[in-house]
Amino acid sequence: MTVNVDNRIRKPNFFLSLIKNPPKKLLRPIVALLFLLTLWQVLCSSPDSNLPSPIQVVQDTSEFIINPFFDYGGTDKGLFWQILASLQRVAIGYSLAAIVGIGLGILIGSNQFVYDAIDPIFQVLRTVPPLAWLPIALAAFQEANPSAIFVIFITAIWPIIINTTVGVQQIPQDYKNVAKVLRLSGIKYFWEIMFPASVPYIFTGLRIGIGLSWLAIVAAEMLVGGVGIGFFIWDSYNSSRLSEIILALIYVGIVGLLLDRLVALIASLVVPSEQQQ
Amino acid sequence: MMQITDNSLQKQISPTTSTAFLEFDSVSKVYPTAMGSYTVLEDINLIIEEGEFICIIGHSGCGKSTLLSMVSGLTKPTTGEIRLKNQLITQPGPERMVIFQNYSLLPWKTAYENVYLAVEQVYKHKSRQEKKEIVLEHLELVGLTEAANKKPAQLSGGMKQRVAIARALAIRPEVLIMDEPFGALDPITREEMQEELLKIWRDHRATVLMITHDIDEALFLSDRLVMMTNGPAANIGEILEIPFARPRGAAAPATQDRMRLMENPQYYELRNYTLDFLFRRFAHDDALA
Repeated sequence: MTVNVDNRIRKPNFFLSLIKNPPKKLLRPIVALLFLLTLWQVLCSSPDSNLPSPIQVVQDTSEFIINPFFDYGGTDKGLFWQILASLQRVAIGYSLAAIVGIGLGILIGSNQFVYDAIDPIFQVLRTVPPLAWLPIALAAFQEANPSAIFVIFITAIWPIIINTTVGVQQIPQDYKNVAKVLRLSGIKYFWEIMFPASVPYIFTGLRIGIGLSWLAIVAAEMLVGGVGIGFFIWDSYNSSRLSEIILALIYVGIVGLLLDRLVALIASLVVPSEQQQ
Repeated sequence: MMQITDNSLQKQISPTTSTAFLEFDSVSKVYPTAMGSYTVLEDINLIIEEGEFICIIGHSGCGKSTLLSMVSGLTKPTTGEIRLKNQLITQPGPERMVIFQNYSLLPWKTAYENVYLAVEQVYKHKSRQEKKEIVLEHLELVGLTEAANKKPAQLSGGMKQRVAIARALAIRPEVLIMDEPFGALDPITREEMQEELLKIWRDHRATVLMITHDIDEALFLSDRLVMMTNGPAANIGEILEIPFARPRGAAAPATQDRMRLMENPQYYELRNYTLDFLFRRFAHDDALA
């Protein structure tokens, strides 16, 4: 009880003090950012510069910044819609990768025979760059959107499989012995022992996977086309609207960070506290 | 005439159907290694009666753990058979519950939940309330009512071992297998745990098989002390009957408590005999070097 009360008082104080006198940890990156922006401004402010300066970027893209929700039909949409389209592809591809990857990882990790048979193949396949899969996907699906989703799937699945496999393989023999002596059933063993023992590893894989998905989607969309942040960047380049590319890059970075933090947040909710590092 | 026939009959039957509760019948264990096969245990024969408290002592590498692991069913004998109540042991099961050296509690479960998992597995027909009562009763037995909702990380070594004991006893095993259960505990906690174990064993009458490195612990607890020869191809060197009256320890009349027991001349005789066995007759190579 006392702990709860403490927390309730401390939280608002914490945020207030953050605003009143920002800690060095917050001050340092702000200073660094201002420095980099100034450097960029200085380097790119000459009239014959190839790239726009930050001030130029803001002036050029003010319409995109102010109204991310416009929709003039076709691919001419605000950045919100562009990012949303990319996120939808990532959501489908990544979810499939998570389901299949965790399932396969458990199968491979809990069966030495399957591991010996499949691991060498996976070690080769996982090094194939994401975009190398795209032509095969296009040939197989005959359509742009499923192909892009497949690229996300195939990019994200390897770290998920590999980490899940390691997670299952590292379950201490002690826990397995307890399960054997108590004769836990398969389902019970999964929920009571295998899942809690390997879930930190699974989430390591999921976190690497979401990062790679987001890396791959931009490249895939550049080639596939349609609405999406990747094609938006490519389209802007072809129309020489460099400021829009820079704005899109900033958004891509922020969304990538948010995705990573989202998976980390889910991990902190799902992984038992004893299992968190 | 009749009398004699009867007797001879009984003698003939006795090896297979008699009081043998747990029986090792020419048990050997051989592990294949890169250097050829390695015989850990060779031709172990031992008959244990129901309710006996057996301690096993021997140098490391003598196959004590392998022996118990075969009783639990976690490993199988290469040749020979182990039978419990004339039933061949082929796989692990809760009627032969193990208390592992390092407790083997699941770190994401509280003390209560760790015990409950075992109770749930064994008493499938009982109601939730009944199972809950069994768990709480056994946590109380080992003095952990207060710590029921703590997780292993928050418990001391002694408390973790108590949870493991509560988990084992709650499911009423026929055989309780303990591989150096108190090895990691400090001497004071160790003595306390020995007392508690004796008390619980007296009340529940499980057959106990316990590995120990501590001669005093073995003399204090066991009915018989099995002394192993050194590996490879270890065997039972000798079995020592421990004649001290029960109850022993704190529950005993004052003339027989632990202090008095240790002052007993017979105690020293047995102790020296065991020491002689371990450090002279079957001295470990390390000890000689």
